[in-house]
Amino acid sequence: MGDIESGQSRTLLACNAFLAILRRDVRVTAREFVPFLLQALMQPLFFLFIFGKVLPGIGLAAGNFAALMLPGIVALTGMIAAMQGVTLPLVLDLGFAREIDDRLLSPLPVWWVALEKVMFGAIRGVIASSVIFPLGWLILGNGFAVRDDRIPILIGMVILTGCVGSTIGLLMGTVIKPDQISLMFTLIFTPLLFTGCTYYPWGALSNIRWFQVLTLLNPLTYAAEGLRYSMVPPIGGHNFSTLGIGWILLLLGISVVTMFVLGTRTFLRRVVT
Amino acid sequence: MISGSSLAKRKVIVGYSTRVEQSDAAIAVRGLVKKYAKAKTNAVDGVSFEVSGGEIFGLLGPNGAGKTTTIGVLTTAIVPTEGSASIMSVDVMRDPISVKQRIAVVPQQSNLDRSLKVREILTFHAAYHSVPRKVREALADKLLDELGLGDRKNEKVSRYSGGMAQRLMIARALMHEPDVLFLDEPTNNLDPQSRLFLWERIHEMNARGLTILLTTHDMDEADKLCHRIAVMDHGKILVNDTPEGLKKLIPGGTVLEVRAFVGEQGEHAGDALSAALNAIPGVTKVEMVDEKSEAADDTGTLSFRVYGEAVNALIGPAAQAVFSSGAQVRDLSVKQPSLEEVFIFLTGRHLR
Repeated sequence: MGDIESGQSRTLLACNAFLAILRRDVRVTAREFVPFLLQALMQPLFFLFIFGKVLPGIGLAAGNFAALMLPGIVALTGMIAAMQGVTLPLVLDLGFAREIDDRLLSPLPVWWVALEKVMFGAIRGVIASSVIFPLGWLILGNGFAVRDDRIPILIGMVILTGCVGSTIGLLMGTVIKPDQISLMFTLIFTPLLFTGCTYYPWGALSNIRWFQVLTLLNPLTYAAEGLRYSMVPPIGGHNFSTLGIGWILLLLGISVVTMFVLGTRTFLRRVVT
Repeated sequence: MISGSSLAKRKVIVGYSTRVEQSDAAIAVRGLVKKYAKAKTNAVDGVSFEVSGGEIFGLLGPNGAGKTTTIGVLTTAIVPTEGSASIMSVDVMRDPISVKQRIAVVPQQSNLDRSLKVREILTFHAAYHSVPRKVREALADKLLDELGLGDRKNEKVSRYSGGMAQRLMIARALMHEPDVLFLDEPTNNLDPQSRLFLWERIHEMNARGLTILLTTHDMDEADKLCHRIAVMDHGKILVNDTPEGLKKLIPGGTVLEVRAFVGEQGEHAGDALSAALNAIPGVTKVEMVDEKSEAADDTGTLSFRVYGEAVNALIGPAAQAVFSSGAQVRDLSVKQPSLEEVFIFLTGRHLR
């Protein structure tokens, strides 16, 4: 390592470091894959069962409710799994453990460490979202209905949802102090959960206009609606009406970029003084 | 302040093809200032020094002297307010990636990755630094055996003792074969056995050509380990020399320590006594030592360090001076110079 690296080999060093850090996260999660799945899937499992099977079964919900709710569950599960994969480790690392130091001292730009966190969180989100499909098929039985002509959009939406979750996770993880963690989870997760059009389609809110407008502030609304767009089968020859897919993609894209920029800024402020 | 490196300056191409004047020193720090937001004073206040390749250099000073901040700047974690720093001729601010590839850091407190197994901590660290798989696998086993951790390499660090964690952090630091190693108070929380073990390792690593910068507030440690020592206090470097050179700072090379009982008279008596000692012919400096940590039955006892060319000849006059000031002599002793004496000579207070 005697001579000064050229720009090219410096980029190579940085890319190697980035991939190795990603591999580290994959290794750690793979070792705890079952706990990870349990953590990510316990809640959706019961939601699917109660709302998709029990309520329609006792006549409290319409038969196609399961088909409308399944995309919401996919969105919520992916987003939460992605967020949790980033927020908790970051809060602990930046707060006191400083285990992240070894990665910050690796030969790559410091903001790439934040980028890696976001990428890894998104991967977690995609895995968690994907597992909902076989799970839904098993639990919902005849109620499981997903259209198969919008698969590319579906795949894109699942990835985008993971990115939305992990970038929000980055911002939260760099802002929250360890002693605030349980309070912040309640203050942020609960509203996110219930205003995100997870359990109801956005269009059905037209009778409660103020609430319908409020839900537009929640990125989860767009994730859920986009997944509804790509998953809910046509009823009687008509496509199910959702928010426009163009708007959905645009606003989710804006959310990802904004949250990443803000999160990276606070991240840098926490690790470089 | 800079000594030891009379190395030729040369032009080197750094980073983005800009030509920067650099020296051949392994570490070069110039006019470094760091002021933290909201802080009233500078944590580091105009520090300059150079460390040659293959040197063990010590930053010595009490807590809050600015040692850790200086290391922070050199290891890219802290952005200086003013000044510049370079490692192996690479500017720390301009090209942190190349700097990070050349350095390794062993921090004060464990920051080991607790999600990984011990051996993985080493292999992943090496992977972060582009060390090829075969090389890193072999090196990890070799280092774990060398540091006596070979039989516990598949555990997680949570089961490790403080000393073992320290050794593991050193092994981790060596995994990418750095040019410069930073040790921040390496033996702070170690038992005597681990401390000795670590000192041996430090000498050994240095013998292999590694440049080492360590911080400590342990005089004995600095004396035993370092080729050169910079004494820091309040963000400034007071002196920078070899341990032997530092000890020569004390006039005559020895110190007369005088302990006198002044009873209830307190501070006032201290000044009078100090003046009386100073008036003795041959005395160059008298230092009253702040010894608040002493036992309670010592209330009313003051300590002075008397410096002069021929300290032995001052014992009689000193006893006379104490007596005629109305105090009683508790102890008179001639001390060989240690770095502790040097520090007290320079700052007038104990390090710990």
